[in-house]
Amino acid sequence: MKIEHVGPTFTRRRLLGHAGMAGLTLAAGPALAQTIVELPLPGGPGERPITTAFPQKGAMILQRSRPPLLETPFEVFDKGVFTPDDQFYVRWHWAVIQTDVDVDKFRVAVRGHVNQVLSLSLKDILSFPRVEIAAVNQCSGNSRGFFQPRVAGGEWANGAMGNARWTGVRLKDVLDRAGVKGGAVQVRFNGTDEPVVPDGPKFMKSLDIDHARDGEVMMAYAMNGRQLPLLNGFPLRLVVPGWYGTYWIKAINDIEVLDQPDDNYWMKIAYTIPDTPHADMSPGQTGVKMVPINRMPPRSFITNIKSGETVRANAPTLVRGIAFGGDADVARVDLSSDSGKTWQATTLGKDEGKFSFRQWQASVTLPGAGNYTLMVRCTNGSGVAQPDQANWNPSGFSRNVIETTPIIAA
Amino acid sequence: MLHKTSALALLSAAVSTPLAGYAQSPITLESVSIDLPDRGIMFTGPGSDAVNNNCLACHSASMVLNQPALPTAAWQAEAEKMIHVYKAPVDEKDVPKIVEYLARVQGAK
Repeated sequence: MKIEHVGPTFTRRRLLGHAGMAGLTLAAGPALAQTIVELPLPGGPGERPITTAFPQKGAMILQRSRPPLLETPFEVFDKGVFTPDDQFYVRWHWAVIQTDVDVDKFRVAVRGHVNQVLSLSLKDILSFPRVEIAAVNQCSGNSRGFFQPRVAGGEWANGAMGNARWTGVRLKDVLDRAGVKGGAVQVRFNGTDEPVVPDGPKFMKSLDIDHARDGEVMMAYAMNGRQLPLLNGFPLRLVVPGWYGTYWIKAINDIEVLDQPDDNYWMKIAYTIPDTPHADMSPGQTGVKMVPINRMPPRSFITNIKSGETVRANAPTLVRGIAFGGDADVARVDLSSDSGKTWQATTLGKDEGKFSFRQWQASVTLPGAGNYTLMVRCTNGSGVAQPDQANWNPSGFSRNVIETTPIIAA
Repeated sequence: MLHKTSALALLSAAVSTPLAGYAQSPITLESVSIDLPDRGIMFTGPGSDAVNNNCLACHSASMVLNQPALPTAAWQAEAEKMIHVYKAPVDEKDVPKIVEYLARVQGAK
């Protein structure tokens, strides 16, 4: 059983038609490219346009126009712990995206291994208890462009992440209304986006039943107090605190309770990582057990000083940034100004919740002119610290190495 | 471009149960209709027809042009992944042309 999608039903044919007469329809648009940013990706290419051409979005780094891949310019992260909705990164897998949402007509189905199949309107959704949580959404492949050797995929710098205060309803409450039957093992989420080609694998992700019902996983209709931008998943997107963004399905219109583990392509083959510490393996290594990507490890970044910048020697320099603990809170953030030989504790900013970005700051006095390397390391509440060696895997997932920022004191 | 096609609002405040400590300003959900910007540049130069005709239905050229320099074998694997995993309807006789083009413009030197 499949719930029909609301909205414009067929863009697939149009898209394929376009490709056939590509010369006429795919010409470059002057509105797309305005200024250029140079991402410091090893070996390049690092040039990307900054675009303001996407609806409900502000200035974004254009990684790909279709399906949209838009990266948050890194300076946004210095402005506060909440990423504005109009500069929150965007990542779609298939080019057929529903571009019209009628709030009166939208329905989300809850079906499968349940006592009662539901077709909920947005009004129904709004009648559930309203909850709010601050949580980081980070693409599995955030920072992929820094992998060495380089790997194919969306060549992100560090801006395929963001933090927002999500407003919506608990998934548990919705599942309880349908009544999950005994023997349920997973819940699968499906959105209104569709493959361009008829046999392409529909983008769907699943969570274990206990995870889906933990009371933290939610369906959000708003971020930072406003309805979601359509490109960020309006009207409903899954929020899976502490887990990578691949599970945060956008524009959900179909929730299926499964009595068997989901073996769809996007769970079994795509988005898998080596089952090793830090999801690390060697290029060319074979026979590595792969598992679906899951919880995020901690990360931290300096946001107020850029690589190669000059600061004053023998005077206090304020160093500031953001950190997140992944699936646990930020316990501490330490800073080194001598390439990791010694570390100092930083002062943490306001705690917005364990899944949120947290600001940190410290003052360092560099003892004399010369070259220095700043390093920042987050340790989370489970005692997990960022590693000092970068991981590698063929998909470019789960990077969380301690960041290094070379600077000059003068 | 953004069109708001409906001024209809759904207010949740009246029916919600607040969690302690959370602000409960009403959130209004409005119908939305958007137009995405155009699909961007095309591949150019010798051999670009095969790439333009087979690849751009699913993704923009920028996806390819932003890739690092990859060995020919890696481009071959990418082309095969698009065909076998993502079911791209690529003409078999175009595959060598596509790989040759990609290895030339985005190949590891």
